[in-house]
Amino acid sequence: MSSGTLYDKVWDLHRVAELPGGATQLLVGLHLIHEVTSPQAFAALEDKGLRVLCPQRTLATVDHIVPTVNQERPFADSLAEEMLSTLEKNCKKHDITLYSLGSGNQGIVHVIAPELGLTQPGMTIACGDSHTSTHGAFGAIAFGIGTSQVRDVLASQSLAIKKLKVRRIWIEGHLNSGVYAKDLILHVIRILGVKGGVGYAYEFAGPAIEDLSMEERMTICNMAIEGGARCGYINPDEITFEYLKRCPKAPSGKAWDRAVSWWESLASDPDCSFDDDIHIDASEIAPTITWGITPGQAIAIHECMPSLESLEQNELPIAKEAFLYMDLKPGTAIKGLPIDVCFIGSCTNGRLSDLHAAAQIAKGRQVAKGIKAFVVPGSEKVAKEAVQQGLDKIFIEAGFEWRQPGCSMCLAMNPDKLEGRQISASSSNRNFKGRQGSASGRTLLMSPAMVAAAAITGKVTDVRELFINTHRGQQIQTP
Amino acid sequence: MTSKDSFPQGSILEINGKCIVLKGDDIDTDRIIPARFLKCVNFNELGEHLFQDDRQELKGEHPFDLKENRESSILIVNDNFGCGSSREHAPQALMRWGIRAIVGQSFAEIFYGNCLALGIPCATASIDIINDLQNHIQSNQSSSWTLKIQKETLSSAGTLYQINIEPGSLEMLITGRWDATSQLISKSEKIRQKLESLPYLTEFHKEIK
Repeated sequence: MSSGTLYDKVWDLHRVAELPGGATQLLVGLHLIHEVTSPQAFAALEDKGLRVLCPQRTLATVDHIVPTVNQERPFADSLAEEMLSTLEKNCKKHDITLYSLGSGNQGIVHVIAPELGLTQPGMTIACGDSHTSTHGAFGAIAFGIGTSQVRDVLASQSLAIKKLKVRRIWIEGHLNSGVYAKDLILHVIRILGVKGGVGYAYEFAGPAIEDLSMEERMTICNMAIEGGARCGYINPDEITFEYLKRCPKAPSGKAWDRAVSWWESLASDPDCSFDDDIHIDASEIAPTITWGITPGQAIAIHECMPSLESLEQNELPIAKEAFLYMDLKPGTAIKGLPIDVCFIGSCTNGRLSDLHAAAQIAKGRQVAKGIKAFVVPGSEKVAKEAVQQGLDKIFIEAGFEWRQPGCSMCLAMNPDKLEGRQISASSSNRNFKGRQGSASGRTLLMSPAMVAAAAITGKVTDVRELFINTHRGQQIQTP
Repeated sequence: MTSKDSFPQGSILEINGKCIVLKGDDIDTDRIIPARFLKCVNFNELGEHLFQDDRQELKGEHPFDLKENRESSILIVNDNFGCGSSREHAPQALMRWGIRAIVGQSFAEIFYGNCLALGIPCATASIDIINDLQNHIQSNQSSSWTLKIQKETLSSAGTLYQINIEPGSLEMLITGRWDATSQLISKSEKIRQKLESLPYLTEFHKEIK
């Protein structure tokens, strides 16, 4: 059993009671809600005659269903309109802050809470969305919940949950040029599998993790759930504090010093123990891309897709299903595969540094003929800063569409969808069958820079061929 | 037989009905209920869209479309069932279609918890037992089965399989305490103390607004 880890410490600090059946009642420090998984929770709350216990620790935004072309109200889609107006009504009734369209703070829930500084080390954070693991990048314990649990958190600011085991994933060395946080996490999931993390929280640590910026760390923790781990986290350090210092809702003045010393005390102790410990060498990681229908079906860009003979018996059925669905041949290369649509955005890779990485590739180049390529900033703040820095112009001049913030084609609950058998290069997090809005649509997951490279060439491309060999593509070759 | 319109309530001791087999590992919640059906403010219509895209692809041959499966209430699946999105719409859709218990090799964590919160047990068994069970069901499709929570068995005339129900979940199901809300709010004093003890909610707290 783990002890002395950040997970153990934060768990103990938030433990309200032990419940019959072995679950713990855990206090939720910050509850994030959105339009998709909250309406039924509010309805259930009202059915039971209950009120929201801590509206002041609840924050709402709208992200999943918002259109990215025309955000004027009422939305053209009456169902989407109904969902937002229901959220507005519920927030008003229960006195919950809602950052809606045009507020300057709207965006994907996992983008806005960190950028506001609401996500802080040592917190417990819950949200009716599996990618809540993102917030673990700050040393918070954050996890996705279902609608019944959203109801529970609304009613009691706590939930019934079992303690997870802790697996440390130690990433030795440093990432090579052209290899991003997205490649790192796809590589981890490839090695440990999509259910390897079930029952575990993942602590990401080691030199390669310490190297990463906060935005890169969010990419890592965001996809812990794709490896089956409901929660992933990184110990807070100077990079965390530097990031938070600039955020409006982070502590300030005297409170800042007090906060930092508390945050530092929560990091995993040097002599802590883990339930499992895995070492991976960052220098072995190349740009990584999925070929199948689970995020674990990934290969390095220069590799061939697995032959059926090379697969374990238990991997065969889903691999066969994936090859059939994707219409790809086992044992062949993925590089050079023609694509139709390029999507840059999502809670995984829709932050400013992601747009920078993609813009560096797009700058001075042109999207290949026949390719639909679009960029969806993760939040209104990301959009504003990107415009201030001229990134929108770079994308537009290169032939990308520049959209308004939201979840967009990551899950296609808005008008942004694949059509028919289209194949997308996507910076999002899931390549499940039908995920991007067409029942037969196909998704290749990769880093934002790789998506931009695919947009320029019209096919799966090694992004490293498009820039001078410097650290993570800081300098770009002019074509 | 379980009525599709009466949802689980109170103490759950056994589930009776026919079994439906759905083969495949890593069946995610996007497949169970595609995202476009999440555009709703209640769960009422979800049952009819269960596995919609998979069903369309198989043109009537999907297990959830086969006539002999229509009245089934126990779903038999493989490994890592319910992975991906946290949408409770997935167990809600299964429940509204008529499913009252699921038996599989393993379940994704959030999905498991979402099922339990609705009073739907997710029991596990080894790959060998699941394979045997699936084959047995497919060659005896009209059989009626009983899943006994306390005994952790799934049985039909002359056949009995040992299954596993996590002890905590088992206790919650048989005592009827799987719906956590009332238990949680009963600890209001302890919650208040906790809220007052955390430094980020007190000494260095900043308002969200």
